[in-house]
Amino acid sequence: MNETISFFSGFNINDLWFLGEAAMRTLWISVLSISIGTVLGGFFGWLLYEGRLTAALTIAPVLDIFRSVPLIIQLVLFYNFAPIVGLDLDPFGSGVVILTIYTAALVANVARGGIEAVERPMRRAARSLGLSYWQDMRYVVLPIGGRAVFPAWVGVALGVMKDSALVSVLGYVELLKASQILITRTQEPFLILIIAGAFYFALSFPISRYAAKLEQRWAQ
Amino acid sequence: MFDYNFHWRPVLKSLPDLLEAGLLTLQVAALSMVIGIVIGLVLALIRMHMRGPLYWLATSWVELARNTPALFQLFFFGFGLGAFGLHLSPFIIVLCGLSFNCAGYLAENFRGGFQAVPDTQLRAARSLGMNAWQAYTRIVIPQVFRIVYHPLTNQLVWAVLMSSLGMLVGFRELSGETQFFASRTFRIFEYFAVTAVIYYVIVKFILAISRLLAMRLFRY
Repeated sequence: MNETISFFSGFNINDLWFLGEAAMRTLWISVLSISIGTVLGGFFGWLLYEGRLTAALTIAPVLDIFRSVPLIIQLVLFYNFAPIVGLDLDPFGSGVVILTIYTAALVANVARGGIEAVERPMRRAARSLGLSYWQDMRYVVLPIGGRAVFPAWVGVALGVMKDSALVSVLGYVELLKASQILITRTQEPFLILIIAGAFYFALSFPISRYAAKLEQRWAQ
Repeated sequence: MFDYNFHWRPVLKSLPDLLEAGLLTLQVAALSMVIGIVIGLVLALIRMHMRGPLYWLATSWVELARNTPALFQLFFFGFGLGAFGLHLSPFIIVLCGLSFNCAGYLAENFRGGFQAVPDTQLRAARSLGMNAWQAYTRIVIPQVFRIVYHPLTNQLVWAVLMSSLGMLVGFRELSGETQFFASRTFRIFEYFAVTAVIYYVIVKFILAISRLLAMRLFRY
């Protein structure tokens, strides 16, 4: 007679597994977008460096837009724009596309900075030793410029990893969305947010620390 | 393929409201920057000059702010504190979240700035007869300001972009207002497209002002 229906149930060990799975999804969407975005961004950075005026007039303003509009607006805009032009994308697909372009826009500047960090005399020396343009790029610019901007790149990558939390707006169940689902069910927001935060921290902190160490070692 | 009709009329009709919300966005971003600068300075000074519990508190603040998503921080202030019966208004949530985030990032910038000014500058100033306060305000701070000026501008831009997360905690700044109108009229794409343009203009405006100010401030 006295039976009551409970809509809420406490936090249990399975929920931790659920959060862990969601953290893997956060990691997956980040790794995918960061790797494609870095390749694209490297290409754009090279274009910006070599193209000079043409690039400054064409791709630079476009990349600038992606840096000047909030990511969340970009995501919503693209998610609602894709069906208009007949693209059938799920939240994951839209998220990857926008995060990739966003990464590329940020990495393009980093990559250009890296190429600029290699001084001209060094490159002339490489060319006069008989290296082709691409050999010079591969064996001189990449190791030296790459080191110079590696910390900046790590910063961008970690930033994108954290910003991937915004894909939850489209309904993709990554870490933050998963924690919201659990909060709705268990009504224990404090505990669950602490756990979700710990997951993010565990993903981001070691990498930023390692990058700082590397930077110090290279600076010597 | 392309059978979508754009309807811009409702957007135009609510444009004044959107612009007003844009002002709110600027306000909350500027306010959180001011708070962030004050707290960031304190955190940086603590981390440079103190040991013990205060040092660990400041360090945890900085690392937490830098290694978790801004959206997570907003949720924490929004829902996490709700667990203790502390229900903040959306404006306060966004203000707290942004200030927390800005303070963490700015603390690192300030620390870098202070470390970039050599100790000898301070000692030279003191040996010329300045007291500690004069030496700091006339010799060290101006040099630090010059170093952190650019990062400060960037952080303000980030604050504007981050304030867009307010729409997820029910704050009616530019994004929240857009979301509100978009869900009333189902013209999601049109509304968010216009909002993206407004954000772009705001960001460009801030950068232009900052560049003009820099020309005026750092003439010599």
